[in-house]
Amino acid sequence: MGIAETYTRGRQFAVTRPGSVLLALVGVVLLFDLLAGLATGQHSFSGVGSLVWDGLMRGLVVGLAGIGLSMTYSILNFANFAHGDYITAGAFSGWATTYLVAGLGRADVGALLLVGAGGSVFGGSLGIGVTGTPLAVLAGILVSGVVTVGLALFVDRTAFRPIRDADGITLLITSIGVAFALRYLMQFVFGASVRGTTAQPPAVGLYLVDGFVRIDAHDVALVVVAGALMLAVHLLLQLTKLGKAMRAMADNEDLAQITGIPTERVVRAVWVIGGGLTGVAGYMFILWKGTLGFNDGWLLLLLIFAAVILGGIGSIYGAIVGGLAIGLTASVSVIWIPSAFARAAAFFVMIVLLLVKPEGLFSGRTTA
Amino acid sequence: MSVRDDVADRIPGGDAGLIVVVLLALYAVYILVGVGLGYSVRGQLNTIAVLTFYIGVFAMLALALNLHWGYTGLFNIGIVGFMAVGIYVMALVSKPLYGSGGAAQVGGLGLPLVVGIVAGMVAAALLGALVALPALRLRADYLAIVTIAMSEIVRFSFLSGELQQFQLFGERVGFGGGSGLILDFTNPLEAFFAFFGLWDAYLGFVDAFTVIIPNNPKPVVDGLVYGAVLLGFVAAFFWLLKRTGESPFGRVLKAIREDEDVANSLGKNTNRFKIKAFMLGCALMGLVGILWLMTSGAVTPNFFRPRITFFVWIALIIGGAGSNTGSVLGGAVFAALLYQGPRYLKNLIDTVIPNADAPSSFGPAVAPLVSNFDPAPLFFYTIDSVRQLQLVIMGLVLIWLMHNRPEGMLGHRKETAAGIPLTASRARGTASTDGGDAGGEVDE
Repeated sequence: MGIAETYTRGRQFAVTRPGSVLLALVGVVLLFDLLAGLATGQHSFSGVGSLVWDGLMRGLVVGLAGIGLSMTYSILNFANFAHGDYITAGAFSGWATTYLVAGLGRADVGALLLVGAGGSVFGGSLGIGVTGTPLAVLAGILVSGVVTVGLALFVDRTAFRPIRDADGITLLITSIGVAFALRYLMQFVFGASVRGTTAQPPAVGLYLVDGFVRIDAHDVALVVVAGALMLAVHLLLQLTKLGKAMRAMADNEDLAQITGIPTERVVRAVWVIGGGLTGVAGYMFILWKGTLGFNDGWLLLLLIFAAVILGGIGSIYGAIVGGLAIGLTASVSVIWIPSAFARAAAFFVMIVLLLVKPEGLFSGRTTA
Repeated sequence: MSVRDDVADRIPGGDAGLIVVVLLALYAVYILVGVGLGYSVRGQLNTIAVLTFYIGVFAMLALALNLHWGYTGLFNIGIVGFMAVGIYVMALVSKPLYGSGGAAQVGGLGLPLVVGIVAGMVAAALLGALVALPALRLRADYLAIVTIAMSEIVRFSFLSGELQQFQLFGERVGFGGGSGLILDFTNPLEAFFAFFGLWDAYLGFVDAFTVIIPNNPKPVVDGLVYGAVLLGFVAAFFWLLKRTGESPFGRVLKAIREDEDVANSLGKNTNRFKIKAFMLGCALMGLVGILWLMTSGAVTPNFFRPRITFFVWIALIIGGAGSNTGSVLGGAVFAALLYQGPRYLKNLIDTVIPNADAPSSFGPAVAPLVSNFDPAPLFFYTIDSVRQLQLVIMGLVLIWLMHNRPEGMLGHRKETAAGIPLTASRARGTASTDGGDAGGEVDE
């Protein structure tokens, strides 16, 4: 390929996609600024490394929770605003279990089941952690998944199925109603306080050029759980008929039904898979960050939407990659902008990407 | 549809009459309950003032949202963002200069209130234009996510320390950050009356109230008068949006809502129409943000959480998207029954059964029920947390509405496309066609 040809193609790209070129330019400038900062000692390598690690962890949570949202979005054709409260529900059910297993006999059962509402029990004093109480954490993970599956199926049965054929906006508004009811019901039961849930986990410092990047046991647990679940979903959708049926339904529901695909069963399977992943994601999110409040899932929801749209609706790989990208943006952006705007930066990336590439990174690939 | 329409038809004054009747009915319920419980006159008037305030703001917000969703089909769930920009920019412009006394950490530009209000509306409209640019290329659900993300970006920006205080035209101004902003400009009511040279007359008017409220009637009268001013604004909004909807501009908007491609193929630049409609609605939302908060003395960014946006949506859906009358009714019904109703009910129960010893959390509330079947603590806890539970009720109402009556009280009304009034022919027509679709065609 000659230089002239490369030049012509480059110019053509610049003319047809000015937004992409501008975005790339901004990226180059930011990267250059970062390198310059590192070279002059303005930023430390270990500091940047810690931010990147933090972003990756956050991204894993967002990606894991995003898979379910992405699947329901493409198959049922609506943006589920109740998804964030499924996360919270998973977190509360799982943590109630963990408290109960870890603290049975040491504290009042009611206080344990309410995850220490009103400061009656503290997770730190129970020594909760993946190394301290591994059995309690494992039980919590299982229960969070199971309860959220049950909740997702119940909500689908009562709220979404009666209006299955309505348009996306009607379902979206309904899901907002579901979100309200769930969130404030949880506040009613568990209280509005944000409580600490874990004891300080053991950590190692990885040496990086000029300092240490701290990695603790809960980071490792998150990586293991999220990685295993993502791999499992990948295998499930690639190797079973269910995956094929889901792809068919996402493409054209009527056609899928005519060809004999039991669409209602597929929908139920989607809620089971998505709900389970979401509940576990909620549990792991709380394990990783160490605090629990009734608003956590709702606050995470917009980041998840950003990730799903960024990755391309319907693609689980898109959700994972989008989640990592959004997590990294939210964490690493504090290098360039004040930390108060970190979350705003993640939304901003989503809005810009909607303008430049509204179909998402993994576009046209509906479900798996 | 016939029963409701018959009722609506029999009320004199048409849609305006319907609104008045509903408002009077809501007030009557509140007053009767108050009288039954022997509330003081002062308490009654206060209740009325607060109720009027919320009816006013929710009716205005629903009207503005109706322009976006009901007329143009733009799914905006970032309403609070525009309200926040409205009041914050207004405060920036109208707060007195820094150092002119008072406890405020930052000053403003010290311009008159009217200038501030206009500036706030313009700022909200400009933000609307910025958001509307993606709106032109995106599906409705993407626009929803973009607008709600925008409203959160706005909230985070006002929360941040960077905008807490800065220099503008050599003055120390700012948005106050998370600790809030003191709105230390002239009392808007005073400015309003002083503008017409009626302030002294107004004070005399307040003094006349000492007959019914012996000591310090001013706060109560202020509240009532401000509520009346808000209802005046509702009427103005209604008139403006009705005129807009019936104008050629409004007809294009309705065409866009029904089928954008058709409107496009008729040579209308639908993008430009959508942007204009969106900006107008945003300016109105900014104005409501100003009216809501400018008498409250201070404003904090966390007031503007997305839940208020969803309140407005519930109001609009109750009333019926696409109908201005429905928007006002929805706002009034929402404010009176869903927003203020549960709180009023809590006060009622508190007067009837004093519950000083309500448990502070769910655990102590349920424990007696489990151990010795004593439901009282749970009951008191439920009453005490009415502010959370009313949101649960709103959620359930929303789900119920979407299942059973997605078009709301007055939705799916057909609107006249003709520039001339057709009501005269309707009066003759309904007798013969007996309320069929032909009757609906010329409704509203």
